[in-house]
Amino acid sequence: MPWAGNEIHHFKDHGNEARIFTGRIVAAVLIVFSLFFVLLARFYSLQVSHYQDYITQSDKNRIQIRPVPPNRGLIFDRNGELLADNRPSFSLEIVVERAGKLDVLLENLSGLIEITDAQIDDFKKAIRSRRPHAPVPLRYNLNEEEIATIAVNEFRLNGVEVRARLSRYYPQEDLFAHTIGYVGRISANEKNAFTEAEDKAYRGTHSIGKIGLERFYEDVLLGAVGSESGETNAHGRWLRALERIDPQPGQDLELFMDSRLQKIARESLGENRGAIVAIEVDSGGVLAMVSTPAYDPNLFVNGISHKDYDALNKSFDLPLFNRTIQGQYPPGSTIKPVYGLAGLEYRLVSGSHSIVDPGFYQLENDERLYREWKKGGHGNSVNLRQAIVESCDVYFYDLAFNMGVDRMHEFGLHFGFGDETGLDIPSERPGLWPSRAWKRGMHGLPWFPGDSLNMSIGQGYVLATPLQLAVMTATLASRGTLIKPRLVKSVGGVETEMEILGQYEGEQQNWDYIISSMEGVVHSLRGTAYMRAGRNIDYRMAGKTGTAQVVGIAQDEEYDSEKLAERNRDHGLFVAFAPAENPQIAVAAIVENGESGAATPVVRKVIDSWLALANQTNEQANEQ
Amino acid sequence: MSRQDFVRRIPDSALHFGRSDGLWARLHIDPLLLLILLLLSFYGLLVLFSGSGQSEATVKRQFVLNGLAFVAMLAVAQVDLKMLQRWAVWIYLGGLVLLLAVLLVGVEAKGATRWISLGSFRFQPSELMKLAMPTIVAAWFAKRAVPPRFSDIVACLFFVAIPVVLIFKQPDLGTSILIAASGLIVLFLAGLQWRYIIGALVAVLASLWPLWHYFMKDYQKQRVLTLLNPDADKLGAGWNIWQSKTAIGSGGIEGKGWLMGTQSQLDFLPESHTDFIIAVLAEEFGLMGVCLLLGLYMLLILRGLFIAWRARNLFSKLLAGGITLTFFVYVFVNIGMVTGLLPVVGVPLPLISYGGTAVVTLLAGFGLLMAIATEKSTQDA
Repeated sequence: MPWAGNEIHHFKDHGNEARIFTGRIVAAVLIVFSLFFVLLARFYSLQVSHYQDYITQSDKNRIQIRPVPPNRGLIFDRNGELLADNRPSFSLEIVVERAGKLDVLLENLSGLIEITDAQIDDFKKAIRSRRPHAPVPLRYNLNEEEIATIAVNEFRLNGVEVRARLSRYYPQEDLFAHTIGYVGRISANEKNAFTEAEDKAYRGTHSIGKIGLERFYEDVLLGAVGSESGETNAHGRWLRALERIDPQPGQDLELFMDSRLQKIARESLGENRGAIVAIEVDSGGVLAMVSTPAYDPNLFVNGISHKDYDALNKSFDLPLFNRTIQGQYPPGSTIKPVYGLAGLEYRLVSGSHSIVDPGFYQLENDERLYREWKKGGHGNSVNLRQAIVESCDVYFYDLAFNMGVDRMHEFGLHFGFGDETGLDIPSERPGLWPSRAWKRGMHGLPWFPGDSLNMSIGQGYVLATPLQLAVMTATLASRGTLIKPRLVKSVGGVETEMEILGQYEGEQQNWDYIISSMEGVVHSLRGTAYMRAGRNIDYRMAGKTGTAQVVGIAQDEEYDSEKLAERNRDHGLFVAFAPAENPQIAVAAIVENGESGAATPVVRKVIDSWLALANQTNEQANEQ
Repeated sequence: MSRQDFVRRIPDSALHFGRSDGLWARLHIDPLLLLILLLLSFYGLLVLFSGSGQSEATVKRQFVLNGLAFVAMLAVAQVDLKMLQRWAVWIYLGGLVLLLAVLLVGVEAKGATRWISLGSFRFQPSELMKLAMPTIVAAWFAKRAVPPRFSDIVACLFFVAIPVVLIFKQPDLGTSILIAASGLIVLFLAGLQWRYIIGALVAVLASLWPLWHYFMKDYQKQRVLTLLNPDADKLGAGWNIWQSKTAIGSGGIEGKGWLMGTQSQLDFLPESHTDFIIAVLAEEFGLMGVCLLLGLYMLLILRGLFIAWRARNLFSKLLAGGITLTFFVYVFVNIGMVTGLLPVVGVPLPLISYGGTAVVTLLAGFGLLMAIATEKSTQDA
């Protein structure tokens, strides 16, 4: 054994050996000292020289600021009935950083509660744009059973949290769908379009007003986001709060609308497609606004399923379409009182002026017969009152011929035609109020006298939304005051201001003539609304019926509604205000393909109810 | 009587304590060494409680292991060094056999095969090699010419390389580096000529350039770059170092207080009870706590080198010096790595990190030091 001991291979110089070893120990001590010095210098550099940097970094590590979303403002009707509420809803959220293998987790979850592929897709999209350690929602509206299932299996669901957050709820379901609209989850496009300030304002908030009042008043409903700073560990788990700035809740909206009246209006339309708009004459406040069919806005709040959305979007009845502000219909004869007033004001006719109505009208050098809706005409002596009461077309053809399009156009502007009324919800459409300039620009053709004739009975180019017709009616009721309609009575307790868009000062006797003629429409035996609105009535109503043709009728064809497919039937319209001597409410209604007269009882019912409700309120006020 | 004895009598008279035939000497205990080791292990348990997320179970387990290790140390201190010198080769060969066995029938855990399982007991042969390596090299040179001849050096490098390669293949980079260091340190103490040392350093540096440009693939280069500059990849490979530097730096001079370190207590610091435990200490006890630790280590190493210098024969000198300086390498590599001075290799901080059975090997080494410190003159012949 070479190292076993006794045999000595080489001569060993023990003195030299000790000297060398001592030298090596000294070298080792020097090396050890200098390396210890290096370590100490390093600690000094980290702990003394760069102390500030590292203490800042360590605070940044542990302190996280998270947003505290504000409660969205509530929406009430004029009587304090809740129309848009916030309710706790339980959602299942995942902190991806803590979840481990995401696919495995999702598979485990799918075995426990129902999760659709669409929800997983949405979730995976949301993951990409999340902030680190922020929980990402996978499922909303967990029921109690699902919450319990998750709680039991929590130990194998790392990173899964069940979180209660407030979620919008519309207790009236479809009743106010088109007016209030709905909130929905903030989409990727909306997020990308955010300004920096908006980005901040929506931290912690998952939904945004999409349409209707929810969208129009988004700024005030949202409120101001608060924040909470707290200590978290490296896994992002919240340990304790350090400081909190409370969010400011959004402001509540109080509407002019009355949910009782809204309900009656909806019921009175029944199964029909149609629209009703009722306006408080004095304020321009919208009392009821119904578009049928409607939909349940609650479906949209936490993301509507593809199936539900397809059903709504592809329905032939267009439930998503808000007929009150987007439906542009020919107003038909409902517009005649305006022209009648124009004729009086322009002194083209007087109350006693009368014409012969053979059942048609003809222009010089024109073969075309402009037909009267009533076969055989209204007789040999038709004056303006009769023309309104019985809705004589020939009288207005003649008047239009004499008035000309320029004056017709100009006069109509006093009643709000051709432009958005400015109601406080988005997506309103302007209708169409034709003029010479418009036709040249649009069609490249001059204005023909025949165009004026069509326009005089609310056909041809003329289009108006039910809201515009209600505004027209309210303007007639207030004798020329064009008030901007509005839904919201107060925001956060502060009343909104009435805005007068125009004031037409006509001669009182002309107003009296037109309004009393409109009363004749309802109350006289020959009035077009008498049968359906004028019987058994204990107040005075001023109204005008109308019929809007859906398809053009050829010259030599007789109109036969039986033959027409249901969808090609005329729309029935009716506008009215009451009480005639002291107007409180103005209503416009259309029943699509309901044919002439279909809208009349609808309006009667709404006005009856409103006056009864107003009386009731007054009595209650008096009793107190 | 040789001249060696004569030389040794001079310091002997000057530094008489602990060397006489007193109680400590008869028990083969070096009281200063024992005191420092006890202080360090107490300090270690204190920090471990904090670094382990205040796990009493972890601290209890380490406490028991420390106790066993101290018993092992005192037992090893009784070893007859002559016998050890004679048996060195067999210990070394036994270690090699076990290392080979690891590669063949070893137990795998966390992607590495380092253990041999004997029933419920798991044994890590590289631990044995930590002591076998300095022993064999010391024994090799104890009976050879000093300074060593070239052929002896080559032979020495050969039997240093075998276990190092075996351990590197487990893979266990940290341990293989430490074992290589323990062999080379003894070689250095044995008087390896400076020209060889400088020559080797130059050769290593010179080979880096062609290695980098011709042999390494891009991903390997990337890994090396991350090792050298962890700040460039704070969220990936550099995360650990970034967090440990933050922990240390934010401790400042006085520290955040025991159990009050936010980096360690809130899990930002990875491996906070094992390799990165000094970051916990530095965060909670500040620069002052660091100085105390480094001071204790310094004392321990100086005492070890003193024992080596005073030892009775070359084998004891080389062994004592080798054990002591290897201990220093442990300390320096770990702290250098946690403070971002050295690349990260898995080396625990001796006596402080939660290390399971490693502490037994470590204190067994100090047992050998005590045996050397209390070696009787009569044993020398």
